[in-house]
Amino acid sequence: MFEAVLLTVITAATPLLIAAVGELVVERSGVLNLGVEGMMIMGAVIGFAVANQTGSGTLGVFAAVGAGMAMSALFAVLVLFLVANQVATGLALTILGIGFSGMIGEAFIGVPGLDLPQLYIPVLSEIPFIGPVFFQQDALVYISFALVALVAYGLFRTRVGLVLRAVGDNHGSAHALGYSVVKIRFMAILFGGACAGLAGAYLSLAYTPQWVENMTAGRGWIALALVVFSSWLPLRVVVGAYLFGAVSVLNLHAQALEFDIPSQLLSSLPYLATIVVLVLISANRRLTLVNTPACLGKPFVPDR
Amino acid sequence: MRIELVKRKEHSQAMALLSPLIAVALTALAAAIIFLISGHNPLEALYKFFIEPLTQQWSLEATIDKATPLILIGCGLAVCYLSNNWNIGAEGQFVVGAIFGSVLPVLFPSFENVATLPLMLLFGAIGGALWALIPALLKTRFNTNEILTSLMLVYVAGLLLDYLVRGPWRDPGGYNFPESRIFSDAATLPEVFGGTMSLSAPITIVVAVVLAVVLAKTLKGFEIRVMGESPRAGSFAGFSAKGLTIFSFALAGALAGLAGTMEVSGALNQLLPSISPGYGFTAIIVAFLGRLNPIGIIIAGFVLALSYIGGEGVQSAMGVSNEIASVIQGLLLFFVLACDTLILYRIRITGQRASTGEASHV
Repeated sequence: MFEAVLLTVITAATPLLIAAVGELVVERSGVLNLGVEGMMIMGAVIGFAVANQTGSGTLGVFAAVGAGMAMSALFAVLVLFLVANQVATGLALTILGIGFSGMIGEAFIGVPGLDLPQLYIPVLSEIPFIGPVFFQQDALVYISFALVALVAYGLFRTRVGLVLRAVGDNHGSAHALGYSVVKIRFMAILFGGACAGLAGAYLSLAYTPQWVENMTAGRGWIALALVVFSSWLPLRVVVGAYLFGAVSVLNLHAQALEFDIPSQLLSSLPYLATIVVLVLISANRRLTLVNTPACLGKPFVPDR
Repeated sequence: MRIELVKRKEHSQAMALLSPLIAVALTALAAAIIFLISGHNPLEALYKFFIEPLTQQWSLEATIDKATPLILIGCGLAVCYLSNNWNIGAEGQFVVGAIFGSVLPVLFPSFENVATLPLMLLFGAIGGALWALIPALLKTRFNTNEILTSLMLVYVAGLLLDYLVRGPWRDPGGYNFPESRIFSDAATLPEVFGGTMSLSAPITIVVAVVLAVVLAKTLKGFEIRVMGESPRAGSFAGFSAKGLTIFSFALAGALAGLAGTMEVSGALNQLLPSISPGYGFTAIIVAFLGRLNPIGIIIAGFVLALSYIGGEGVQSAMGVSNEIASVIQGLLLFFVLACDTLILYRIRITGQRASTGEASHV
């Protein structure tokens, strides 16, 4: 029983983790992209469509990453080159993504999907309990952890990461030092888009291998909240994602145990938990002020 | 050759009026391309989408019915955005307003007199305002990001409505369908102008005009604009940022709640598990397209309402997916935001030689 619960927690946490780690990089570069939900749902529908048409889950995943990046490029052009309001542009991206995905996905409603195969890590997967839970997952679960490690190392142990954080903390100084703020932010936004697309692919190819309209159900927004929760530190995103994964599968397991609680109350728990967590984190001013990228959400126009 | 943005000395008034028009034109162009790609005659589709709804009385009335909630919600959101408060949870405030407004007709169906409707509208406004005050108070008290909290409450509101109509508020004589009892005549907004339009349209116009006057001519309107453009200057003038956050959220919530109540009382006549085709989100586009100005919002609300009716039109006549409406809405917001750049900046195209020449001066 406990093993089964843990397995569902992992599948619920993985898309949150992937999308949140991507957004964390974007925000570290000083850009707030509120369009995670829109990029994620485009990843979900394109991933499903391509996997369905080609019969290859791998191609589906790559296509989803591409879709997320294409959406994020649209956002990047608006906020970086046209200096549009980041909050409003992110919202536009979400509205657009939900519309486009509904249009593309109409042909795929009720079509049986492709489930990504489980990869069994030799030897390790045979360990009782730990093996089935941690080493018999699909590739994207492993990738999610690799991504976190990569981002944690890249941001704080490499030159590229240092420059990216410098751009996010003080774009004026970074520009004066000769770094191209716009180029670095563009790259960060594309990375965030790729991650959001990947997270979407996980939803439609592994979590529930089918296409359902609006299937992201606010997960992109929860990923945004996770970045705040983590106070912009990659390893804390893992904690947050798994915490939220656990909350969101409560519904599933409470129904099995036949608790007498309205299912709608249980379904609303992830959203309520997000609010509670945001309040707890933001009430602690020291925690938030230390790590918040100082230029987050501020437009940058280079002086010439 | 490179393209540069050059900051204008002051806002371009001409561009402020022109940019929404350019945005609508670009959206129509993009829509034509989408129609073409999906194998439909783009000119016919554009005509059916944007023009045909205006040619018949029933579709014109349907457009006005859809525009009404959009305008009402958009007006409230404009006050929020002008003062830098990012309320994106109007959809939830609309739903909770509808729930509060339905308390009388659902729980006290025998309470039928002249006071029924005014009380319902009042309750609806209070419900929406209370729901909007949650993110506002969390922002002023704990410095919590209002974007995320207001959005999360949209999902919670939707689930609350779902619970009510499937559970305690389900119509006892309704064969177990997930819907509330039908509202009595006393709880239904009367129709006006001899058509099918309900009283909500004239109420909305009055609210928008009053708000336009308040924003342009009163101290409160000045406060809202100053605090949005320069909170520091505003605080020297003695304006309170926290007070304004609470005021703008409460106003936006009240208007969204009023719209929600008028929707269930005037259009649906009962509570259903879902009562809005995304009015709260579309109203965000309306607010921006209308230049955060109530009069502009009246026009913008009408344009966006066309997209709902036009979407249904092209679906039934040409078999285009109904989702085209939300695609066009999203594109429109994109183009509006892109064109707004022209208000603050001039675009200068410089030759490569010229820009290297400038660099040598530095």
